[in-house]
Amino acid sequence: MANSDYKTIVKDGLWDNNGVFSMLLGMCPCMAMTTSATNGFGMGLATAVVMAASSYLVAVFRNRITTEVRIPVYILIVAAMVTVVDLGMNAWMHELYKVLGLFIPLIVSNCLPLARLEAFAAKQSPTPAFLDGLFMGLGFTIALTAIGAVREIIGSGTLFADASLLLGPSFKVIEMRLLPADMGVLMMILPPGGFIVTGLLVVGKRLMDLAAGKEIQMAGAHAL
Amino acid sequence: MFKHGLILCLFCLGFGLLLAVTDEITVDNIAARAIEDKQNSLSQVLPDELHDNNPVTDTLTLANAEGRELTVYRARKNGLVTGVAYEIFGTGYAGEIKLMMGIAADGKLLGVRVLAHKETPGLGDKIEAKKGPWIERFTGLSLGNPPLERWKVKKDGGDFDQFAGATITPRGVMAAIRGGLEFFAENKSTLTKGD
Repeated sequence: MANSDYKTIVKDGLWDNNGVFSMLLGMCPCMAMTTSATNGFGMGLATAVVMAASSYLVAVFRNRITTEVRIPVYILIVAAMVTVVDLGMNAWMHELYKVLGLFIPLIVSNCLPLARLEAFAAKQSPTPAFLDGLFMGLGFTIALTAIGAVREIIGSGTLFADASLLLGPSFKVIEMRLLPADMGVLMMILPPGGFIVTGLLVVGKRLMDLAAGKEIQMAGAHAL
Repeated sequence: MFKHGLILCLFCLGFGLLLAVTDEITVDNIAARAIEDKQNSLSQVLPDELHDNNPVTDTLTLANAEGRELTVYRARKNGLVTGVAYEIFGTGYAGEIKLMMGIAADGKLLGVRVLAHKETPGLGDKIEAKKGPWIERFTGLSLGNPPLERWKVKKDGGDFDQFAGATITPRGVMAAIRGGLEFFAENKSTLTKGD
């Protein structure tokens, strides 16, 4: 594959065809896990690992998986990868697991990995499929961190609170308090805040694309 | 038809094997982490100076008033039980609140900590020690201090503050602690006997 194709994969995943802001996929973890930037970031990273691994595996076996049974096989692969990440995190990244553990199984119900397996990995060789999974996952991480940051700043007045639990004590410095605690608008941390912020950020992304003279990608056009 | 079934079957077998291997590799680590977690929550309600044993492994199983089996962790010094800790359960605004309660052999509370809850962030979550000092208020109190009828939130005529905008959560925690104290009173001889 040519270098320009890899560039497209990276750009598509991170921005142009962003799973959340362009395709509006994976809304379930997107709403549930973005009460703070740190939570969104952790959830995004876990999703990226699962997506890269499952895209790679689907591409490796793409000539063995027949059309008729492909959906159960994809779900099997995603679920197996999620379980591996779940067990591995519980054993070796236990602090992180205590924060995210409850939400790792949610990745199975995220339709973004499944959409990318069907739309991309099933037709590509392992390397581009791996990259697509990875960068789609990182794009998801960016989106979740952005939504989480906005909700956290308005809702609790902090930014990256508890980041040291997730990333280690040296990240204590990025934990910030931007507004006094009693100024927080509670609604932003509750589910309605997730919908409002996600909606506004989707509009924001499209306005930026319009300003840059890009054609707007239709939501879900590349999905299942 | 048969071919598709076979393919699906082989994939299930392969990934089943992968999961079995992963489980095998991680199982010891996960068990060790679970014990550490227990130790951490116990050390907050059973002060170090009270015991020279390891309360995590010195346990006793007893049914509470609702018939729920409780694991009681015992702190001992020179073989004598100096305090016990067990889980208590309250009904909050959004489901069950799970707490760990430590109580000295003389019936005084050593401490209460929330283990798990689903209360509203910003309102009900002030019951967590890291979000506010409310839960520390109970340390040193016992069933007669204050008297039983005052073991309630102020709104219900008791001695303890509720939170602005959240009464159900502290009420649930209060009920759980009161229940925990009564459990200790009823089973005091079994709990402190030491074997």
